[in-house]
Amino acid sequence: MFNVEKIRKDFPILQREVNGKALIYLDNAATSQTPQQVIDAIVDYYTHYNANIHRGVHTLSQEATDKYEAARLTVQKHFNAKEAHEIILTAGTTHGINLVAHGFASILTKGDEVLVSALEHHSNIVPWQMLCEKTGATLKVIPMNTDGELIMADYNQLLSEKTKLVFVNHISNALGTINPIEEIITKAHQVGAAVLVDGAQACPHIKADMQALDVDFYVVSAHKMCGPTGVGMLYGKEEWLNKLPPYQGGGEMIAEVSFEKTTYAGLPHKFEAGTPNICGGIAFGAAIDYMNTIGFEAIDKYEHELLEYATAELLKIENLKIFGTAKNKTSVISFNLEGIHPYDIGTLLDKMGIAVRTGHHCAQPIMSFFNIPGTVRASFAFYNTKAEVDALVSGVKTAQRMLA
Amino acid sequence: MQIEEIQNEIIDEFSMFDDWQERYQYMIDLGKSLPLIDAQYKTDNNLIKGCQSKVWVHADLVDNKIIFTADSDAIITKGIIAILIRSFSNQEPKNIISAKTDFIDEIGLKDHLSPTRANGLVSMIKQIKMYAIAYQTQLN
Repeated sequence: MFNVEKIRKDFPILQREVNGKALIYLDNAATSQTPQQVIDAIVDYYTHYNANIHRGVHTLSQEATDKYEAARLTVQKHFNAKEAHEIILTAGTTHGINLVAHGFASILTKGDEVLVSALEHHSNIVPWQMLCEKTGATLKVIPMNTDGELIMADYNQLLSEKTKLVFVNHISNALGTINPIEEIITKAHQVGAAVLVDGAQACPHIKADMQALDVDFYVVSAHKMCGPTGVGMLYGKEEWLNKLPPYQGGGEMIAEVSFEKTTYAGLPHKFEAGTPNICGGIAFGAAIDYMNTIGFEAIDKYEHELLEYATAELLKIENLKIFGTAKNKTSVISFNLEGIHPYDIGTLLDKMGIAVRTGHHCAQPIMSFFNIPGTVRASFAFYNTKAEVDALVSGVKTAQRMLA
Repeated sequence: MQIEEIQNEIIDEFSMFDDWQERYQYMIDLGKSLPLIDAQYKTDNNLIKGCQSKVWVHADLVDNKIIFTADSDAIITKGIIAILIRSFSNQEPKNIISAKTDFIDEIGLKDHLSPTRANGLVSMIKQIKMYAIAYQTQLN
């Protein structure tokens, strides 16, 4: 049974106060909070078996290696990858994207085309621009409509045998739109293009199935799903990962080294140069276990209720406009009050103990599309409550009154 | 009035407020009353980088004193600028260069000084001091 009050007890940070008020944390799309179970995994690692992995013969090193590789299996199982070595543990989503972009620099040639969606985060635009500059390939944009949904007819038009890569986020961080990635992947494959899906915003809400999606690459960050910062997953189909050259050179990623020639290690180690974030990887596994104990179906159902409630309540406020009104969206609400800068609202909400994000959300092209400087973004997690939504609504009204 | 006297006056005014709401309401009101910068100076050149809201600052040297004018698209930011202008405008460059900025702490705006704060209070103070250094060099 989903019990939000019981769940909240797992998150020590939710007990703290900000500016003398009980913290109301509605910036979950930026980073999620950490349950005691994950904190315990971190403490346990440094208390009992901190050691470097994959090379020590001593007990601590073997224990750490076992737990780290067990975490990889947890990630594999959760995302239903066919093979454990298709899971590359990275420093996070941005790292994963850059790793793939770097690899494609040796595959793309002049005349090739790369498609990105208009809903992308800067981290999913800039690496591809750099890639296209380097290879002479052309970057094309899949446009969106005023609800913040991708225009699929235009996508179909853009696809051709020149298309080599398609990059799209599963869920938009700025607007919350859930993109139809199944269709995007199927269509891309019909012209022989590979697809990378940025799952950073989706991973706390949706249990993505790598094999069912038939996606070529999928990237996430652990800190979006109750894990620590500085660790994430790059899933890649084995055939693709074998095709891509190593990203960074160093220890761990080699088979044999001489000054004449180095042969690289097999997957996944080829892409995991140097000592990894061992504790982070193990805590990532603990975070996935934690979220599965709550259950993604229950999370989805509850967050959807919160989204509908918050949308209805916020829209009762005069002169409030919501940006991102896709039919299929997750628990993210981007909004503005007419004539008021989002920064002013965010500053006043903070004084009331309410944490929201303000600004362009690293998605300036989306803000330009709507011709606004930014938005206030409230993003909800399964540990938020309707009472917190009420506090947000009341806080926005107070801010509006003060700024009028 | 000397910069320090003005700053003490501002501290006195803010000490009258009991809670954050009154303090911020006052800043908002200050922001609304800030005389607008001449439109010709609202250029990208005068735009301070590193702010979530846009901030333009312009400086003129009149009778060996710097006159600052500024504007922002966010009202709380404008309130902060109004406080800075009251403290630093119409002062000699050398006095601006040597002036302290501790009064920001004392009026309860310390959190705005943190580098994570996107309002760019730090950048604004830096810009004001840079203008002072530039004009002082000219006067020398």
